[in-house]
Amino acid sequence: MSEPSQPRTPPAPGDGRGAALPSLLHRAMRWETGLALVVVAIALFGVAVSPQFLTPSNLFNLGVTSGEVAIMALPMTLIIISGEIDLSVASTLGMSSALLGYLWARHWPMLAIFVMVVLLGAAAGLFNGVMVTRVGLPSLAVTIGTLALYRGIALIILGSNTISNFPAPYSTIGVLGVANTDLPWNVAIFAALAVIFGVVLHATPTGRSIYAMGASPGAALYAGIRVKRIKLLLFVTSGVVCALAGVLWTFRLSTAVQNNGIGLELTVVAIVLLAGVSIFGGKGSIIGVVLAVLAFAGLQDALLLTNFNQEATGIVTGGLLLISVFVPTAGSAVARSREWFRARGRRAPSVIGAGHE
Amino acid sequence: MRATVATPDETTRKPPRVSSRRLTERVFRIRESGIIVVLVLFVAVTVSIQPRFASQQELHFILANTTVFALLALGQTMVVVSRNVDLSVGSVVGLSAYLSASLFGKVHGIPIVVVFLVGLAIGLAVGVANGLMVAIGRVPSLVVTLATLYIVRGIDILIVGGNEVVAQTLPNAFIQIPRAGVYGVPYLAIAVAVVVGLGAYYLRSYRSGRELYAIGSNPEAARLAGIHVGRRVFTAFTVSGAIAGVAGVLWAAQYQTVDSNAGTGYELTVIASVVVGGVAIFGGSGSAVGAAIGALLLQTINSALYVLGISPFWDQAIAGLLLLVAITLDRVISLRLSAALRRRSSGVGT
Repeated sequence: MSEPSQPRTPPAPGDGRGAALPSLLHRAMRWETGLALVVVAIALFGVAVSPQFLTPSNLFNLGVTSGEVAIMALPMTLIIISGEIDLSVASTLGMSSALLGYLWARHWPMLAIFVMVVLLGAAAGLFNGVMVTRVGLPSLAVTIGTLALYRGIALIILGSNTISNFPAPYSTIGVLGVANTDLPWNVAIFAALAVIFGVVLHATPTGRSIYAMGASPGAALYAGIRVKRIKLLLFVTSGVVCALAGVLWTFRLSTAVQNNGIGLELTVVAIVLLAGVSIFGGKGSIIGVVLAVLAFAGLQDALLLTNFNQEATGIVTGGLLLISVFVPTAGSAVARSREWFRARGRRAPSVIGAGHE
Repeated sequence: MRATVATPDETTRKPPRVSSRRLTERVFRIRESGIIVVLVLFVAVTVSIQPRFASQQELHFILANTTVFALLALGQTMVVVSRNVDLSVGSVVGLSAYLSASLFGKVHGIPIVVVFLVGLAIGLAVGVANGLMVAIGRVPSLVVTLATLYIVRGIDILIVGGNEVVAQTLPNAFIQIPRAGVYGVPYLAIAVAVVVGLGAYYLRSYRSGRELYAIGSNPEAARLAGIHVGRRVFTAFTVSGAIAGVAGVLWAAQYQTVDSNAGTGYELTVIASVVVGGVAIFGGSGSAVGAAIGALLLQTINSALYVLGISPFWDQAIAGLLLLVAITLDRVISLRLSAALRRRSSGVGT
C-alpha cells in the first residue's frame, strides 16, 4: 500500500509557487523586460533629481562604487541557480584584501602576491565546496561558518593594521579609467566576466546542467550529471572571483584593512534575487543580473544626489527586493490572503515558501 | 535527494515507534550533552591555565552577555525548526533598543514596564509583517527577512540620524536590570533561563509546538496531515519578532549607549548559536535549550580567549571554526542515527 502521492515528492520546494506558470522562458523574458523598465525609470528619476546624474564623472562614480559587488554577483548567480548559496563571499574578499596588504607590507613582488591571493581564494572556495558536496552539509550553514572563519582569518592576518602605501598604477584604479577612458577598471572586468559567465551558463552543457541540478537535484543525478563535481567547481570559482574582487576593492580604496567589504554578502544576494533568480534554484539569467546591478547601482547613486540619508538606502534595497518577489505572484497572493483571513479552522494555505536553498 | 529516494522505507519503518522514539530521545540527549561536555571542558582548560576565569565577575560578565543571545536563540529556534529563517532580528534589536531607550529622555519618569511594552510592540509589528509575507505571500523566508533586515535597519538609521542614547538619560533601575544578581548570577539570566525552559517545554510537549517540528521535517506531509502550516509559521515569526523587540530593550539596559549600529550582524551570531546548539538548519530537530547553551558557549569562548590573553583577533576565526565543527558532528550523528534506524527496522522485519 505505497502512497499514491509519492511521485510528486522530488522537487518539493520548487513547485510551491510554480504550479500555474506558463513556460519558463516566457516568464523569464517578462521578468527581464520588467527589470529593464525599472532601470529606465531609475535613470529618469536620476535625471529628474539632479542634472549631474548623466555626467561622465557621476557615471564613473556610479560604476566604480558598485563594481566589486557586481563581480561577486556573477558566481553567486550560478551557485544559487544550482540550488546552493555562498554567504562567505564578502569575507573571502576581506581575507584576500588582508593577505594582499600583509604581503605588500613585507615587500613581496606584486605578481607573487596576486598568485598567492588567487590561491587563497581558490582554497577558500574549495573548503566551502568540499564541506557542501563531500561532507554533505547544507551550504547555508557551511558558508555562515566560513563567513565568520574567513573574516576571522583576515583579522588574524592584519589585526588592527591598515596598509595603504600601494604603488601608483594600482592605487589609481579608483579614479582613472581603462586606457584614459571613463570606463572604470572594475566595471570593465565585470563586463568581461559577465560575458564569460553568460556564455557558460546559457550556451554550454555545463550551464544547462547547473539549471537542471537546481530545478531537480534527483533528476539531474539520474541523468548522469556530475552534480557534486560541478557544485565544487562553482564554489572554487566563487572563491577565486571574490579574491579578485578583494584585490580590486583594496586598490580602489587604496587600503587593506580587515573589515574591507564587511556585510556585502547580503547585498550580493539581494542583487541576485532582484535579478529574478529563484532562491530555490533552477531559474534566472545573467542578463537579469546585469540589469539588477544597473538598477541597484543607479538607484544608490540617484539617492546619493538627493539629500536622502545615504546610510538608509537599505530601505530602498529591501523594498526593491520585496517588490521583486511579490510582483510575480501578486494575483494569487491576494486570493490567498482572502482565503487565509477567512479560513476558520479548516484549510490553511498549503505549502509555505519554506526551505532556503 | 537521498531522503527522497528513501521515502518508501520510511513508511514501512513506522511500526516500531516507541523504540525509535527512545532512540531519538537518546540522540537528542547526546546532542545537548555533547555541547555541555564541550562547554565544561572548555571552562576546565581555561580555569586550569588562568584561575582568574573562575571568578564571580567573570561568570556575571558571561551570563549577562549571553542573555540577549539566548533569548534571540529561542525565537530563532522556533523559526528554524519549521524550516524557515529569521534574518531580521539584528535590525529589530537595533530599532527597539533605540526607540525604547530614547523614551526615558523624552518622557520624564516613564515606567520601565511601558518601555518594555514599546520594545515588544516594535518587535511584534516586524514579526507580524514577516509572518504574513511568508505565510500568505509564500515567499521564501530567507528573502523576506533579508528584505526586512534592510528596511528595519534603514528606518532605524532615518530615525536615529547621528544621535545616540547616552547612559545619563537612563534611570538607574533600568541600568540595574542586567546587573543585579546573586553569587555572580544575574537575576535576569535566571529569568531568561526560565523563559527558555518554558519555550523548550512548549515546543516539545504542546501540540502546536510539535507541529512546528512536523512542518520542518516535511511541509507537504504536515499539510496533508491537517496541520495549519501557514498559521504555525506565522506564529513562529511573530514570536521571534516579539522576542527580538524585548531583547532590544535589554540590549539598551546592558550597553547603555545606543546608536544606529546597535545589533548589527546579530542575525548571523544568533543563527550560529542555534546551529552550534544542535538545531538542524533545515528544520525538524533541535531544542531551544540546546540553542541557549550554544549561545552560552559562544560567549564563553569570547571571554575565555580574552582572559587567556589570546589576541581578540582570534575570536571570530575560532567561533567560525567551532560552528563548522558543530555542524559536521551533527551530520555524523544523524548519519549514524539513520543507519541505526535502518538496522533496527530490518531487525524487526516485515
